[in-house]
Amino acid sequence: MRARLSSYAVVLLALVMVGGLYTAFAAPKPKADAGTTGDFAVSQGRQLYLQGCSTCHGLANQGGAGGPSLVGVGASAVVFQVSTGRMPLANGAAQAPRKKQKYDRDQIDQLAAYIQSIGGGPTVPSGSLSDGDLALGGDLFRTNCSSCHNFAGAGGALTRSKYAPALKKATAEEIYTAMQSGPENMPRFSDNTLSPDEKRAIVKYVRFITNENKDPGGAALGHYGPIPEGLVIFLVGIGALIVVTLWIGARA
Amino acid sequence: MTTAAEKVGAGTATWVDDRLGSSNFVKRSLTKVFPDHWSFMLGEIALYSFIVLLLSGTYLTLFFEGSSREVIYNGAYLPLKGIPMSAAYESTLRISFEVRGGLIMRQIHHWAALLFMASIVVHLMRVFFTGAFRKPRELNWLIGVLLLITGLLEGFAGYSLPDDLLSGTGLRIAYSIMLSIPVLGTWVAFLLFGGEYPGGQIIERLYPVHILLIPGLILGLITFHMMLIWYQKHTQFAGPGRTEDNVVGSKIYPAYAAKAGGFFFLVFGVMAALGGLAQINPIWLYGPYDPSQVSAGSQPDWYIGFLDGSTRLMPNWELRALGHTFSPNVLVPTQVLPGVLFALLMFYPFIEAKLTGDKGYHNLLDRPRDKPVRTALGVMSITFYVVLLIAGGNDIIANIFHLSINEITYTLRTALFVLPPIAYVITKRFCLSLQRADDELIHHGIESGTIRRLPSGEFVEETVAVPAHYSVLMATSDERRAAIAHSEHEHAVAAALPTRPRGFFRPKGGVIVEQAPADKELEGTVD
Repeated sequence: MRARLSSYAVVLLALVMVGGLYTAFAAPKPKADAGTTGDFAVSQGRQLYLQGCSTCHGLANQGGAGGPSLVGVGASAVVFQVSTGRMPLANGAAQAPRKKQKYDRDQIDQLAAYIQSIGGGPTVPSGSLSDGDLALGGDLFRTNCSSCHNFAGAGGALTRSKYAPALKKATAEEIYTAMQSGPENMPRFSDNTLSPDEKRAIVKYVRFITNENKDPGGAALGHYGPIPEGLVIFLVGIGALIVVTLWIGARA
Repeated sequence: MTTAAEKVGAGTATWVDDRLGSSNFVKRSLTKVFPDHWSFMLGEIALYSFIVLLLSGTYLTLFFEGSSREVIYNGAYLPLKGIPMSAAYESTLRISFEVRGGLIMRQIHHWAALLFMASIVVHLMRVFFTGAFRKPRELNWLIGVLLLITGLLEGFAGYSLPDDLLSGTGLRIAYSIMLSIPVLGTWVAFLLFGGEYPGGQIIERLYPVHILLIPGLILGLITFHMMLIWYQKHTQFAGPGRTEDNVVGSKIYPAYAAKAGGFFFLVFGVMAALGGLAQINPIWLYGPYDPSQVSAGSQPDWYIGFLDGSTRLMPNWELRALGHTFSPNVLVPTQVLPGVLFALLMFYPFIEAKLTGDKGYHNLLDRPRDKPVRTALGVMSITFYVVLLIAGGNDIIANIFHLSINEITYTLRTALFVLPPIAYVITKRFCLSLQRADDELIHHGIESGTIRRLPSGEFVEETVAVPAHYSVLMATSDERRAAIAHSEHEHAVAAALPTRPRGFFRPKGGVIVEQAPADKELEGTVD
């Protein structure tokens, strides 16, 4: 009886030791790899690409009727397009709208690694994106961005149903990668046009006006400028005062 | 039984009266009668918002610096720290973030400016649709239109002063509009701006124009406007006891004074509420003016919006001849069009009098339905104006409703010419219909719901007459007065009618119920 119990204990110990050793030596390897960098990521990304992207962008990444070749667009374009849900494209509207993300973060990184591997291009920025120079960012934003995205990042219309989207939902990484890759109708701002520090400054300012700005004057009216202000003065101002005149008139 | 205070009061009054002889004037003024109608108070909104503008504007002048001198910002708003800007913009930021009560004063001032213009337009519509501009009040109509135009200029000057990105964009457009004047354009623009845009002079020049010159002009015009109302007396709607030669209403003191005083505070209250709750022109987000920057959604304040709209709808026609460029694409929508529109508006009373041959005095107002052509012309003009106004916001509409800005522009170009005639026809038909409904009501009477059987076996429907306060009002034209005089129901019973004495176009006061002799034929049926 004792012998049987001890043999169980030995087997159990052995199992625990083997499991522990396996965990200690084998487990970290796939985790560090998790498929986001290196050859494994590239091959995983290629698989994802063939399944989800190649219909439009081509099996050999040659591009086609549905979408352009992705050679040379770089990881940054992939991260922007896929993390904002713009890709995969739902339908051929004038412009791809922001929608629910279809791939998880690891898959996005794998796709990005694959696209990066086939032709290089801008890569996703490393390090903090929240330490830019706010005032410099404001000046650069007004010069380079506000003519389409509006002074407060509320978005604006372009020709024929195209538009510069509102920036409130854009994360710091999305703002940065958008500048790098120039999605849709947006121009590309290479590091020669806007240095990484200037891009960080713009990111800082955009996040400030869209998410930290408290609008000290009260209701922001959508940050659309004088048009909603005009509507308010007629609907609220004149409207309320006509009610008042009716009230005073009725008491005469 | 007089108290000491009363003695002092009476003594002071006597002292003043002995020297100025003013008691007669005061007595006459206080007992002057002003007719009661809600729509007569729309002009007052403009007056009261002007007072709010003067008060809030005075506060702002204490802190504003009307100078384009360049400074480096070092104030409380961090996102602009270290940015070069004009002293005008810097002082506006200081007013917004550092001066106690500065931001709410700025916002009240701006909202009051929008309200001033809006109430002028609404008041103008009331005067137009009721024919209050007819002889002898054509001059006051002219003054009113001048007030509208000076208000427009004043508003534009104020919009330009903070020297933020929106101000500068507006001034840039104003400069281009001046350039489009044939032959003189360049010189006019150089003269006003002190050289090639931006010139470095315009803020310094606009400041005294905005705080002294135009407000003084507006104040003078308002005074003249009110004096004429005082002297010519206010118009009134027709009603029992109201004629072309009298005024029925409340005395200036105390009833009217109490109403007007209370209304002033309500207007002030609405301005304060808007100023405190709704952000207007957040100049810190626009940033300082820089000629290389233009934001999407740059729009003028609403009262200039129709000109922005006309420019957006105008095809891009530009001619080059004899070594010069002519720009009808800018000249027509921004100068020819408003010139024609304001000329038509100004001279409308004279045009109408000429076309109708009506040279009589009019102190009783028209109901809009009784003048179908005028009402239809008015609605037609409003439709034209509103299409232009909508066009001024075509980019915002495209952005919010996910539409193509090109399609909006094409649609509005068509609408500008198609909708006004349609509006004219529909309004005219509508007015004629309403007139007929009135006539029918007066001739037929109001159905009481009682059917009576006569001894002969015949069934008759019982109707009741329209009470006097209705029928007098309906009888605004001579023909219809005659029609009503011959109405079979002139002496009929008027009991069953619901009492609605306080409506939009109905005079107030108790319902007048005439007791008429009973119908002889019906009498026979009573057992």
